[in-house]
Amino acid sequence: MLAQVAATSPQPQLEARAVHLWRGEKHLLRGVSFALYSGELLQVVGPNGVGKTSLLRCVAGLLPTESGEIVWQGQQLPDGRDEFHRELAYLAHVNGLKAELTALENLRFGVAVRRAVTTQELRETLQLLQVEACADLPVRALSAGQKRRVALARIMLTRASLWILDEPITNLDKAGIALFEARIAEHMRTGGMILTAAHQLLLQGQPGVRTLELR
Amino acid sequence: MQSSVQTTPGLGKILMLVLTRDLRLAVRHWDQVLQPLIFFVIVTTLFPLAISPALDELRKISPGVLWVAAMLASLLALESLFRPDVEDGTMEQWVLSGQPLSLLLLAKTLAHWLLTGLPLVLMAPIVGTALGMPQSVWPVLAATLALGTGSLSVLGAIGAALTVSVRRGNVLLALLVLPLEMPVLIFGARAVDLAMHGEPVAGPLNLLTALLLFFVSLGPFAMAAAMRISVES
Repeated sequence: MLAQVAATSPQPQLEARAVHLWRGEKHLLRGVSFALYSGELLQVVGPNGVGKTSLLRCVAGLLPTESGEIVWQGQQLPDGRDEFHRELAYLAHVNGLKAELTALENLRFGVAVRRAVTTQELRETLQLLQVEACADLPVRALSAGQKRRVALARIMLTRASLWILDEPITNLDKAGIALFEARIAEHMRTGGMILTAAHQLLLQGQPGVRTLELR
Repeated sequence: MQSSVQTTPGLGKILMLVLTRDLRLAVRHWDQVLQPLIFFVIVTTLFPLAISPALDELRKISPGVLWVAAMLASLLALESLFRPDVEDGTMEQWVLSGQPLSLLLLAKTLAHWLLTGLPLVLMAPIVGTALGMPQSVWPVLAATLALGTGSLSVLGAIGAALTVSVRRGNVLLALLVLPLEMPVLIFGARAVDLAMHGEPVAGPLNLLTALLLFFVSLGPFAMAAAMRISVES
C-alpha cells in the first residue's frame, strides 16, 4: 500500500515489487523491482545466466514467483490472469513456429486464437518486416533471421499493449534491426509498453527507453 | 492502443481452428500418423504366428488381443500429442493466449483421436475377421473401440501433459496411464466377448459411455493444470 502512495501519477501499468526467484539451490532474482509506464521500453541487461529470461517468464506468468508481486493495472497477478494475457504478446528464445506450416499459416493460427484476422492484414505485416516473399514458404525453408522476423510479425499482429520479448533481435541483420526498431518506436508512440531482455540495446538514448541491470 | 477492445473469437471457433490446424499438420507428415495403425495391425498379426493358426483358438482370444493392441497403439500415439508443440514454443503461446487452455487441449485431443483412434475403429473389423471373429460382432467391436479409444485419448492426454517436460518420458507415461486405462480395457473386451456368445452387451457399453463422458467432462481441466505445471519449469 505504501508503494501506491509513493508512486507518481500517472500510475504504472506494470509493476514488479521485490521479486525473488530460486532455481534449484541458486538464488537467481534477489528482490527485483521495476515499474513500466505507458509508452516505455525497459531493457533488462546483465551477463549470461543472471536471470533475464527467468524474470521475463515470471512477469509473463510462465514461472511462479517465490516471493514478491507482479502488478498489472493495479491488480496483483495471478488475479485477472486471462485479461492480462490478452494484453500480452510474449516472444521466447524459440519462435513458436511450426516448421511444416507456411509463414502465413503460422501467423493465422497464432493470431486467430486471440482475435479475428484477415489474410490481407497478415501479408501487410510480413511486408512491414520485409519477409512477404516468405509468406507461402514452409517455415522449415526459411533462414534463422527470416524465422525471427515472422515471429516478430506475430507479436505485432496480436495488438497487445505489452510486449515481452526475450532477445528479440537474435539472428536479425542490420536492416532487420532497423525495421524492428521502427516498429518498437511506433508501438511506444501509440502508448504500448515493451519489456525486453537484451545484449544489444535498442533505440539507445531515445525518450522513454530505460535499462534495468541485473547483477 | 491501451487496453484496446479486441473481439476475442468464440469457443467454438477456437475449437475449429485448433482442429483444422492439427489436421493440416497431420497431412504434412502423414507417415507419423500412420505409425500407430501399422503397429496395431502388426501386433495382432503376431498372435496367429505365436499361438496357433487354428481359427477356433484365435476366436477365443480375439477380443482381448484386439483390445490390448488398440490400447498399446493409442499409447504409442501419445508421444506426438503435445511434445512437438511444447518443444517449438507453441504451447507457451497457448498458455499465454488468455483463452481457456482446457479447451485448446481438448481440441488437440479430439484431433488426435480423429487421426489415431478412429483409424483403429475402422481397421478393427478387418483385423478381427483375420482372427476368426464372426461378422455379427463387427458393430459391437467398432462401438466399444470408438467409445474406448476416446477414453484412452483423454486419459493419455492427461498423462502426456504431465510427462511432456520429462526427457524420454514414454516409459513413465506408460506406467502412469496403463493402470488408469484398465477399466476401459475390461469393459471393452468384455462387451466384445459377450457379443461373440450372443449375449446382451448393453451393460458394458453403457459403462464405457459413462466412462467416456466422465473423462471428457473433467479430463480437459486436468490436462490444463498438468500442462501449466509442465510449461512452468
